[in-house]
Amino acid sequence: MAVYPGRAMTVESLYPRLEPLLAQVQKPIQYVGGELNAQIKPWDDVAVHWALMYPDAYEVGLPNQGLMILYEVLNERPDALAERTYAVWPDLAGLMRENGVGQFTVDAHRPVRSFDLLGVSFATELGYTNLLEALDLADVPLHAVDRDESHPVVVAGGHAAFNPEPVGDFIDCAVLGDGEQVVGDITDVVAAWKSQGCPGGRVELLARLARIDGVYVPRFYAVTYSGDGAIAEVLRTRDDVPARIGKRTVMDLDEWPYPKQPLVPLAESVHERMSVEIFRGCTRGCRFCQAGMITRPVRERTITGIGSMVDAGLKATGYEEVGLLSLSSADHSEIGQLAKELADRYEGSNTGLSLPSTRVDAFNVTLANELSRNGRRSGLTFAPEGGSERIRRVINKTVSKEDLVRTVTTAYANGWRQVKLYFMCGLPTETDEDVLEIAELAVEVIRAGREASGSKDIRCTVSIGGFVPKPHTPFQWAGQASAATIDHRLRILREAINADRRIGRSIGLRYHDGKPGVIEGLLSRGDRRVGRVIERVWRDGGHFDGWSEHFSYDRWVTAAAEELAPYGVDLDWYTTRERTEHEVLPWDHLDSGLDKEWLWDDWQDAISEDEVGDCRWTGCYDCGVCPTMGTEIQIGPTGRSLIPLSVVGARPQVDVDVDAAAPDPVHTH
Amino acid sequence: MARTPDGPPPPPTVQRLRLRYTKRGPLRFASHRDLARALERALRRAQVPMAFSAGFSPHPKISYMGAAPTGAASEAEYFEIGLSARRDPEQVRAALDASLPPGIDILECVEAVEGSGSLADRLDATRWRIDLPGVDADELAAAVQALLAAETVMVTKRTKNGTRDVDAREAVVAAAVAVEAGCAILQVVVRQLTPTVRPDDVMAALAAVADLHPPLPPRAVREAQGRLDDSGGVADPLGPDRVASSHCQGEPAQV
Repeated sequence: MAVYPGRAMTVESLYPRLEPLLAQVQKPIQYVGGELNAQIKPWDDVAVHWALMYPDAYEVGLPNQGLMILYEVLNERPDALAERTYAVWPDLAGLMRENGVGQFTVDAHRPVRSFDLLGVSFATELGYTNLLEALDLADVPLHAVDRDESHPVVVAGGHAAFNPEPVGDFIDCAVLGDGEQVVGDITDVVAAWKSQGCPGGRVELLARLARIDGVYVPRFYAVTYSGDGAIAEVLRTRDDVPARIGKRTVMDLDEWPYPKQPLVPLAESVHERMSVEIFRGCTRGCRFCQAGMITRPVRERTITGIGSMVDAGLKATGYEEVGLLSLSSADHSEIGQLAKELADRYEGSNTGLSLPSTRVDAFNVTLANELSRNGRRSGLTFAPEGGSERIRRVINKTVSKEDLVRTVTTAYANGWRQVKLYFMCGLPTETDEDVLEIAELAVEVIRAGREASGSKDIRCTVSIGGFVPKPHTPFQWAGQASAATIDHRLRILREAINADRRIGRSIGLRYHDGKPGVIEGLLSRGDRRVGRVIERVWRDGGHFDGWSEHFSYDRWVTAAAEELAPYGVDLDWYTTRERTEHEVLPWDHLDSGLDKEWLWDDWQDAISEDEVGDCRWTGCYDCGVCPTMGTEIQIGPTGRSLIPLSVVGARPQVDVDVDAAAPDPVHTH
Repeated sequence: MARTPDGPPPPPTVQRLRLRYTKRGPLRFASHRDLARALERALRRAQVPMAFSAGFSPHPKISYMGAAPTGAASEAEYFEIGLSARRDPEQVRAALDASLPPGIDILECVEAVEGSGSLADRLDATRWRIDLPGVDADELAAAVQALLAAETVMVTKRTKNGTRDVDAREAVVAAAVAVEAGCAILQVVVRQLTPTVRPDDVMAALAAVADLHPPLPPRAVREAQGRLDDSGGVADPLGPDRVASSHCQGEPAQV
């Protein structure tokens, strides 16, 4: 077996030293690994070692699709291995520090410090303090400039990486867009550099990485500020790195049927189901939605591609529910046929199908019935997002109140007892009246639902959170509503819902107060100066900011006031301040493909309540993504269909009767 | 008025199987709920034809009993499943074992014999082996003697509803000390009372009577679980089913 040069030498498992500590902590199972479909490869057999981190608790991080996909893609390479690591809870972190045990991977319990790369997936900015905690536990310097060749290259990915500036001092690179292909390019570069004897040290490696399409190395870009606090310009400091960094786009999802072997934990996780991504990207044009803006264009997996992933995944996992994931799953061009044919295939097997949430205008009872035919009929979830028709025009998620009430009533009339409605508050131009309409809507839904179903045993849950403006969206210029505004609107909404107890007792209200949203806003639209605030909060004991029992608003406010004062800016400057058209935004040099002028025009259209269509059906409206990135919309229908599997779940492992010796399952492709 | 789902009721249970499994290595940190989830998924992967309860949320027919605490390993955990179609127990054992992660190993599977009584009733005692690295064997032996000599030894258990005092001495049927590879080992047979006296309660009792405080966390393994016999031993809880089925070998093993 080839032993590669550089520092890739067999590393010891930390498990023997970790095990005595596990007897003293909560939920120790989350730290031991051994999940079904986990992989451990010999260290010395490969050139490049990746530690992949989801910077939140194991129960949240384990089901993450992005991490699972990259874990498999990398482990399939003969020259690389990938192991996973998650944020460690404070009880274990304290014991690890006392006993000198570093941040470890859950697969082989190898020290993160020994890996070539640490890839961190940021679905939300609230994971930033957990990155610092993990780096510190791993004995890796917090600041990228303090690291040498012996330290892992810290790579940030995920949606938040489209503005990595707040963590720009702590990461070595950020990757924009789809990860499947770019992780291979990075592996190639690291393998070549190591086999050449690491020429030029860490800086040369980073310069080579910076020349990979989609890879941004913050240290090669200098930011200057003008007198008003805004950015004057962002300039590259070497001419062999690109001036603008464009995102990566995987064009044929059927070629990337990952995860093929989804990880199944022993510990409880937030998603007790298997997931198949049925398409990527969304062009509905909801103006608040960063995911829909940065993942364009729409690329569908074909019905047959989905069918074989569901089949393989169920066999590999034993899950009894399959989530058909995407940003708006009912919009898949073959969704009706897909739901029916999957339900036919798994008839009698107690296998349920689910969609994350459904657009009101894409819902139909036939689809919903097919989805729940073999499984448990759980609740239905709709996401109108805005309370009034006016605000729904502002956010470009237009649906009339009548249609909303009719759709939800239809669901009740067809036997659903529980409907969840998702809303946001603090949207641009929003007034108290817009939010109060949510109460009217909920009351009307319950009244009509009781009438249609002939039962009082129906419920509607209103779930509402504060809106946070995100980079690369038309609302990137908007002033964020203050925590006080959000809390005021939530209070009047609660009072309005409870005004009539006879109706109100059938309506549940779930909400988050406005404070965490303000900090998320600071981190979302922050620049490199915000890094000092993050570091200060972490040094003062802050982490697990996505958890209300750990999040401290006061700690963030104090840190922001003190760390930002020398720059003449403050928390409000980053959050509630509306930006002007030509302000240099911290992420302007990072290219999602969206034309900044188009985004500005769409922002103006929002203010004047003008809607925009979906380019899948109404023609291109020049958002800029396809021509800039050399991509195009990929949708069906394909005209193909799912042939029934001859035996549900294929050849039984426990044969009994002679006639159960079934032929091989028929695959459709 | 109770609503009932459309369609026919689920097929009835036609066979009950009783299984013994382990919790080894790192998986000793799995909780009872973690194990239940893992077993249910493995039953699906192994395509065991489970019988389901009726209603809107059908659940597979599985009964768990006497789970070892989180952090304790076990060679003797038991559960029972109801099947909607008859299967060869040994094939079910092998298929289920292949579908579980290493460390959760299915050691035995026997068909429950009608009229032989419930499995739970056959599980009233555990033989524990507790490895105590760093503890002096003589000191341990003295502490065990002090425990056995005591009438009662009250220890404080943490429960869901705060703390509760229990008599750890009452549950201890027998205890002995051994040394293996330089490590002191406590072997103790504990009667399963309510609330259950667990290895950490036995350790708390030793601390109370003899001020014994191990420098490293003890490692407990449930070696056997079953009915206490007259000689202070623990009987095989699957014995009655095995005996009964060996008398009716008319049914050929199915392949």
